Amino acid sequence: MPKRTDIKTILLIGSGPIIIGQACEFDYSGVQAVKALKEEGYKVVLINSNPATIMTDPELADATYLEPLTVEFLEKVIIKEKPDAVLPTMGGQTGLNLAVEAYEAGVFKKHGVEMIGAKYEAIKKAENREEFKRAMQKIGLDLPRSDFAYSLEEAEKIAEKIGYPVIVRASFTLGGSGSGICHHIEELRATARTGLDYSRVHEILIEESIVGWKEYELEVMRDIHDNFVVICSIENLDPMGVHTGDSITVAPAQTLTDREYQRMRDAARKVMSEIGIETGGSNVQFAVDPKTGRRVIIEMNPRVSRSSALASKATGFPIAKFAAKLAVGLTLDEIPNDITQYTPASFEPSIDYCVVKIPRFAFEKFEGVDDRLTTQMKSVGEVMSIGRTFKEAFQKGLRSLETKRFGFGGDGKDKIFDQALKTREEYLQFIKTIPNDKELREKIMAYAKVPREDRIFYLKYAYWAGYTTEEIYKKTGVDPWFLEQLKQISDLERELLAAQEKPKQQEALMRKAKQYGFSDRQLAFYWSVQEKEVRKKRKGLGIKPVYKLVDTCAAEFKAYTPYFYSTYEDEDEANPGKKKKVMILGGGPNRIGQGIEFDYCCVHAAQALKKMGYETLMVNSNPETVSTDYDTSDKLFFEPLTLEDVLNIYESEKPLGVILQLGGQTPLNLAKSLQAHGVRILGTSVDAIDRAEDRDRFKKLLQKIGLRQPANGIATSLEEACEIAKAIGYPVVIRPSYVLGGRAMEIVYDQTSLKKYMKHAVEANDDQPVLIDKFLEDATEVDVDLISDGKTAVIGSVMEHIEEAGIHSGDSASVIPPFSLDQAIVQEIMTKTQAIAKELRVVGLMNTQYAVQKGHVFCLEVNPRASRTVPFVSKTIGVPLAKLAAQLMVGKTLKELKFTQEIVPKHVAVKESVFPFVKFPGVDIILSPEMKSTGEVMGIDKDFGRAFYKSQDAAMSRIPRKGTIFISVKGTDKPKIAEIAREFHKLKYKIVSTQGTAQVLKEAGVPAEEVLRIAEGSPNISHMIKEKKIDLIINTPSGKGPMLDEGKIRSLAVSFNIPCITTLNAARAAVCGLQAVKDDDLEVKSIHDYHGVKGKGSMHAR
Amino acid sequence: MTKAILALEDGVWFEGEGFGADGETFGEVVFNTGMTGYQEILTDPSYKGQMVCMTYPHIGNCGINAADAESSKPWVEGFIIKELSPVASNYRSEMSLDLYLQQHNILGIQGIDTRKLVKHLRTVGVKKAVISTRELDPKKLVKKAKNSPGIVGVDLVKKVTCSKPYLFEEVMPGEFAWGDQVKKKYKVVAVDSGIKRNILRKLNQHGFNVQVVPANVTADEILAYQPDGLFLSNGPGDPAAVKYLVETVRKLLGKLPMFGICLGHQMIGQALGGKTSKLKFGHHGNNQPVMDLKTRKIEITSQNHNFVVAINSLPKDEVEMTHLNLNDKTLEGFRHKKHPVFCVQYHPENAPGPHDSDYLFSRFYEMIEKR
Repeated sequence: MPKRTDIKTILLIGSGPIIIGQACEFDYSGVQAVKALKEEGYKVVLINSNPATIMTDPELADATYLEPLTVEFLEKVIIKEKPDAVLPTMGGQTGLNLAVEAYEAGVFKKHGVEMIGAKYEAIKKAENREEFKRAMQKIGLDLPRSDFAYSLEEAEKIAEKIGYPVIVRASFTLGGSGSGICHHIEELRATARTGLDYSRVHEILIEESIVGWKEYELEVMRDIHDNFVVICSIENLDPMGVHTGDSITVAPAQTLTDREYQRMRDAARKVMSEIGIETGGSNVQFAVDPKTGRRVIIEMNPRVSRSSALASKATGFPIAKFAAKLAVGLTLDEIPNDITQYTPASFEPSIDYCVVKIPRFAFEKFEGVDDRLTTQMKSVGEVMSIGRTFKEAFQKGLRSLETKRFGFGGDGKDKIFDQALKTREEYLQFIKTIPNDKELREKIMAYAKVPREDRIFYLKYAYWAGYTTEEIYKKTGVDPWFLEQLKQISDLERELLAAQEKPKQQEALMRKAKQYGFSDRQLAFYWSVQEKEVRKKRKGLGIKPVYKLVDTCAAEFKAYTPYFYSTYEDEDEANPGKKKKVMILGGGPNRIGQGIEFDYCCVHAAQALKKMGYETLMVNSNPETVSTDYDTSDKLFFEPLTLEDVLNIYESEKPLGVILQLGGQTPLNLAKSLQAHGVRILGTSVDAIDRAEDRDRFKKLLQKIGLRQPANGIATSLEEACEIAKAIGYPVVIRPSYVLGGRAMEIVYDQTSLKKYMKHAVEANDDQPVLIDKFLEDATEVDVDLISDGKTAVIGSVMEHIEEAGIHSGDSASVIPPFSLDQAIVQEIMTKTQAIAKELRVVGLMNTQYAVQKGHVFCLEVNPRASRTVPFVSKTIGVPLAKLAAQLMVGKTLKELKFTQEIVPKHVAVKESVFPFVKFPGVDIILSPEMKSTGEVMGIDKDFGRAFYKSQDAAMSRIPRKGTIFISVKGTDKPKIAEIAREFHKLKYKIVSTQGTAQVLKEAGVPAEEVLRIAEGSPNISHMIKEKKIDLIINTPSGKGPMLDEGKIRSLAVSFNIPCITTLNAARAAVCGLQAVKDDDLEVKSIHDYHGVKGKGSMHAR
Repeated sequence: MTKAILALEDGVWFEGEGFGADGETFGEVVFNTGMTGYQEILTDPSYKGQMVCMTYPHIGNCGINAADAESSKPWVEGFIIKELSPVASNYRSEMSLDLYLQQHNILGIQGIDTRKLVKHLRTVGVKKAVISTRELDPKKLVKKAKNSPGIVGVDLVKKVTCSKPYLFEEVMPGEFAWGDQVKKKYKVVAVDSGIKRNILRKLNQHGFNVQVVPANVTADEILAYQPDGLFLSNGPGDPAAVKYLVETVRKLLGKLPMFGICLGHQMIGQALGGKTSKLKFGHHGNNQPVMDLKTRKIEITSQNHNFVVAINSLPKDEVEMTHLNLNDKTLEGFRHKKHPVFCVQYHPENAPGPHDSDYLFSRFYEMIEKR
């Protein structure tokens, strides 16, 4: 069927900030959708609040709105752009929910906008559990026994009827918020309460527990002509009970016979028809009872998803791109398969390798968090790996995780409870003794039973402990097929261990070990040699990886898209060409501190260099990204970012150099070792990187530039730490050396807390000293991004943080241009930053952080790489800094690129951070030097107040324009709170306070109603929050922890979705915002209009 | 571990590890891209004379169970895979793949770069080959492969067809049945050229009493059953070598409604004067897109054939193309314009493969009903 000609302009809804359960996979799908729709000649309008996305680059859509994803702003964009249709299936659950809300508010009808991709009724049917259940029963599909509850009482009754354990699932939520397994009534009450609260429709499902069953997922597509294909089947290693986003998953399904698989396919097909997904991609999840084969349907998502991104990367079949084309009426047979070029998209990919996805967690960031894996998603990112076998892919996946692991153990990082096995000897000793240690054996098995981040390793320890596959299976529910694969790895490991100092045996085992996915690092551990010796020996034996193609068709047809993975087999398909090549190292899995921003930079580098005529080679392991779209670079290597894997590609391809300053800390950490192996690093030299990272050299660098640094010292013991802190003077910032994202960083105010920190948080020794810095109180923090060609250095932007120094820069809101600093200070910062860049001969990007205290500028750190803020700056000033940087790294100058002068924007942009607290109930939400945010949004407008207001709205913590505010601040903040409260009062807010703060306010003449603290009795503030009588909270912490009164208040604020401001600066900014929007309505403006550019290749004039 | 060598007639060879039986075996190497269904593939009589290379690397994961067999035994001459599963993990599994092949004296080879083999076959076309655990000199094996008989011009049907007629009454097991059981109304004679059980089950389900007959049946013998229709099954080898069946079909054209699958399609094609030719590497898998030219709908089909009927060789005034392969635009089905005759090159009974083409059995029923 030909594409539709009755629609001309299509509005695409993005997914907003990166949050748990919704990461950059929706940038990937969004980019594909925009490109696909433009290719078909449509005008595309985009709304997304996340600046760190490729989809919001001005080259993509015809009009891009970096505005909050709310019905209010969506309607404003619709009024302005008059789209004929809206495609809501590319922006994750956020996009879908927004479309549903807008539909229900009558916005689409009012403005004549048609929903394409998924109709409102279909979305409702798929998302509303009761409707879904009815629909499934209608087509004869089995479901877990269940019923809906709308109150706690109902929930209890239903659970009684079904029998514990039961699963609680909240309707219409993200990543399974408010869902969980309940073994008894207390758990049920707690979970049901959260679930009812989180559900947009106040509805929860109480369901028969099928924990321990096998879990499967099918990624499917359907077109307007009822053609249906399965793109990929996925089987979870972790059985039912763990959110699929937190499970290790494998493609294709491994333990289904054809009969079982085809019946599942039939079921998925029926689901698509019954739900009414006429066009596009969906995923359908099933559980199978391993004993009887009984199959039940779990859920379906009527949109592209994290799984569909994974399926696209796993098979080479671009689901989002085709889904967009199907949405405008094309049929699958009318779309050519990109990879084979001549066969149509109407087929089911066949793969001749095994794909493993492993989630990445960040529990260490959240004190007191429950790290057990449940039906509520907690992972912050994921890696995918490809191998010819599961064993190979699995071990590659583990070393892709950026958790300092190099495979399935045997890398010096094994730790069984508190016992670290750092050496071969300790390792051997443990393997030898464990079968006889009854207590520990049982402890291992008990631990292995509960799904956790590191559970997978305990499956191996259980084998060591002498348990059989059958026994482990019975306890864990992990399918024997997977267990046996793990056992094969473990068995070979034993052989490898036995081959120490036996060169002949080592040689004999080498190829097999590599085929099992063992890294050189593991072999070095087993044989007590250096990694480089293993590498040398291996290469001497002619054992090198070959690169195989991902081609959608298991080699049946010739493939044209160069998408590779390494394996140890005979035939190499990489076929390196003679063209000038540049290799770009990506950022690996998303985690807190390193996310989509770096992928954005890598994609820009590929785009810029491709345009210059270079062949670009992308290396990355994160399936959610745009960088791992095979369309992005000339050659894609889906590989772990370790020295071994990167060197292998380098030696095979022989590029002229490697760009590693754009992928964040992951590739930067490889700089020294890559250079030592003769790799040419493009851009800023390795020595310059070292000067910025090595503490002593950094100190000297700053002295040379004439920049102050907070007083500091290094301690290798508790005593030393106390001495240094005393000398510097409290408070101090303390942290372990070489950390990312402020990991374990803390501000301590006295020796007692210092001792506590040293005892619990770190293990200081000669190899791992702790760094102690004077903490600058009440200082303003400033971030600077700069670009340099080695001679000329141009400031990208100076960003002033709203929160004071001491809060991780990744967690602060920041503002371009600075809103409170003296021009002279800003000038000084700019001059000094340029001086650093010149001194380091930076070629590419550099980020510098400062604290300004009482008119003095202190330099906190220099990062000679792209920073998290590059996309934000680029979108604000309208200059693609990462693209320019890539060009500088291959020899262009800033003059040639016509960027020699800093751009001071006429508008104001605010970057606000977004936090995952809602996923970690009970964790205190206060900000600290330890980064906790997962994503960011941008608010842009003509002044600070408006931009800030938008940023809060976009960050899903909208400041209400009127209502009741609860104010409770710590002692030191009390003198400053009155002026802020007064403004809220003027803004017609009703103020509620606990006794101490209320006293201060009354004395200052600000009317405030007094309310009891939680500990003071009932009714207290917690009741007001629960009854939704509070609209906004200002609560600055005097301490942290969920046990404190104030901690409980903050935690309630999260649970009941009440915006909670935890610093005075943010409170002041909120006042500015409210004042700015008080009398007038906010307007929307496209990024193209801000920068006076037109969407490239626009088919229809705007 | 037993060392095994796979050698192709053109000199390419692979070293791997033997599983299943020991010894030496010859056949034409083809590859199958199905990620599920190895048991159905092994027991599909159409693979007689051929060694199958599975493109998916992990094989044997679900073991073997009696219910999923497509015939009484495995027929492949050899089985080529990347990696044999160390465990059979499925609630219906009764035996490991390794043991099954041992019991049926079939050689398997694992641990080879199957993708390299597939790319080679894709480029040069199917090849005669040998797998041996006895002779490990690749050069000698290449020579042996070269001198092996091959399947062009060989009638393999006679090796797989049943020895005497029988009634087939088995239906789909409940948990895996799809589609409704139609009340049995018509009698169909099914010529067994290597018929898969699921075809027979499907005929039963779609309202037929099924009389199975050997492939060397005569037209008169068929008519003696007084059937309402004739079904022509799949089967192995070169369709041009099965002249006797072509002759039988020719005699019955216009006398009986006919439905043919795979080799059966080729029989009808030849009976109408068409020519068959050999594809470079055939279609073997579960993901071939076929368009029904009448409804313009696409079905994902299960296929297993090396030979095709050339559309141009069929009489234009008598025959209409009904199905087209969207990958390589080869003929996948046609019907006779005057007589109630239609056939498809692929496997609507699937097993293994998607269930998209079930409607063809209903079409057969409707065709008889209309007559």
